[in-house]
Amino acid sequence: MNDNETSRTGAVDVAYVARLARLSLTPEETAQFQRQLEDILAYVGQLAALDVEGVEPTAHAVPARNVFREDVARPGLPPEEALANAPSARQGLFIVPKIVE
Amino acid sequence: MARLSSFALHELSAKLAAGECSSVEIVNDLLDAIAERNGELHAYLWLNAEEARAAAAEADRRRAAGESPRSPLDGLPVALKDNLSARGQPCGCASRILEGYRAPYDAHVVERLRAAGAILLGRTNMDEFAMGSSTENSAYGPTRNPWDSERVPGGSSGGAAAAVAGGLALAALGSDTGGSIRQPASFCGCVGLKPTYGRVSRYGLVAYASSLDQIGPIARDTRDAARLLGIIAGRDARDSTSLDAAVPDYEAALGERLDGLRLGLPREYFGAGLDPEVERAARAAAEQCRALGAEVFEVELPHTPYAVAAYYLLATAEASANLARFDGVRYGRRVEGEDPTDLYQRTRAAGFGPEVKRRIILGAFALSHGYYDAYYLRAQKVRTLIRRDFEAAFERCDALLAPVAPTPAYRLGEKTDNPLAMYLGDILTIPVNLAGICGLSVPCGFTPGGLPIGLQIIAPALGEERALRVGHAYEQATRWMEKTSHASPSAIRGQR
Repeated sequence: MNDNETSRTGAVDVAYVARLARLSLTPEETAQFQRQLEDILAYVGQLAALDVEGVEPTAHAVPARNVFREDVARPGLPPEEALANAPSARQGLFIVPKIVE
Repeated sequence: MARLSSFALHELSAKLAAGECSSVEIVNDLLDAIAERNGELHAYLWLNAEEARAAAAEADRRRAAGESPRSPLDGLPVALKDNLSARGQPCGCASRILEGYRAPYDAHVVERLRAAGAILLGRTNMDEFAMGSSTENSAYGPTRNPWDSERVPGGSSGGAAAAVAGGLALAALGSDTGGSIRQPASFCGCVGLKPTYGRVSRYGLVAYASSLDQIGPIARDTRDAARLLGIIAGRDARDSTSLDAAVPDYEAALGERLDGLRLGLPREYFGAGLDPEVERAARAAAEQCRALGAEVFEVELPHTPYAVAAYYLLATAEASANLARFDGVRYGRRVEGEDPTDLYQRTRAAGFGPEVKRRIILGAFALSHGYYDAYYLRAQKVRTLIRRDFEAAFERCDALLAPVAPTPAYRLGEKTDNPLAMYLGDILTIPVNLAGICGLSVPCGFTPGGLPIGLQIIAPALGEERALRVGHAYEQATRWMEKTSHASPSAIRGQR
């Protein structure tokens, strides 16, 4: 991982971030996104000019409190319905390539 | 006589009650209109024709048997944006990655529509995962504007707005994260309402940016928008951000006059880059509101210029997390790989379109180590400043009047090569989402070339009644909506 390298150059490393996001890109896509994201980041760079010292961040516009509910079992999707959209399913399970050798 | 598909929901509700038409006739006329024009407009991705006909026949049977209507929507068809789950229907978000997916459950709003007796007519086109402002990012091809088929309908709920304006739907539900209901409503000459964050449960809406997304109606007029909001609004335990606030009778708030209301014109929303025709129409609308009894004066929202930058960091950061679930394992498309990571990467590369990839990468970057403070956290602080701007403005006035978009509908392809230019078109709608307040788009005229222009009415949190009151009084005084049903290039000749 070239995390430190990305931080040092101070510019978006599209190929690296795409790997983080589990997206494989063609060389053409990488080059195009690189150019477009540099434009976008140059634009959002204007936020650096604002004085936000002491300003609380807003994660949700409406003040949110934690909401509790009674801890009682409720019906969920039956397994066959949960699996109905799976690209590959067998014996009530989602099938994926082997994870552990 | 005008065809049934050109009426508003409330007009058809009255016709049904008076026995002047049947639900089957209404549904059939809409299906005819769709057969005539959907090939050109591409407003719908999927039609529920047989079930809709059967549901209409059932509603007619109930009415004939003397049963009282389940709601004012009983027996009337509504369209759904393709990101709202309805059990058994596709819910593809106009993305290849959800090809073949069928929703296993109903969204809260769909449950409410079904309980109200509404008929689910079909699913409308959108920008893939609601990421876009023109509906050109649909994996299934763009929707065209019914007023000029060389132009975009706006987005991301462009299919919904084009369907309502083009006579292919009476009303639709869309979603609005940065303007995706209001801007297409403006481009197509419909009414569109982005409710307060939390007013409508997001349960069953495929998430784009969860702290900003909100479901709302796109309709022929403000009464229909009020009626639909009354049906879909309210607390739902399955969306912990849904507000536990009473749902008022929104239609009761509609009147003819605006006496006693103080309306602010945000100086920054009338600044550089605003199309002169859009400015002329919005200022004329403000004068009309003054004539209806409102006090109208200028206010300031000084942090407006920073809204687009903050939004595109926050929304994409949330999207990068929300869209992690599309991995080719549980639903949708899969491209096989050597190991799970390879499978995820190949599936996502093949399944997502360019704009979705761009936003996922931008969002993952804004959240990544070394950039979080400079981008994501700073954007959240700017969000606070934008929210405070509105709080200060609403100390002086009851609602704000502004344009919805800086320009009327542009040509297809005009902005597709320049994502930043497309983003900048959202400047007048994004602040409302960042602040979590509500915004209404109502038609306020046409350009000399015959394209609709929208007026935006912005109200504080849970101020939907007030926004609808202003919109309705304005609409009744100007009657633009009479010129905006069954939009077509020929319908607008000589119509200014």
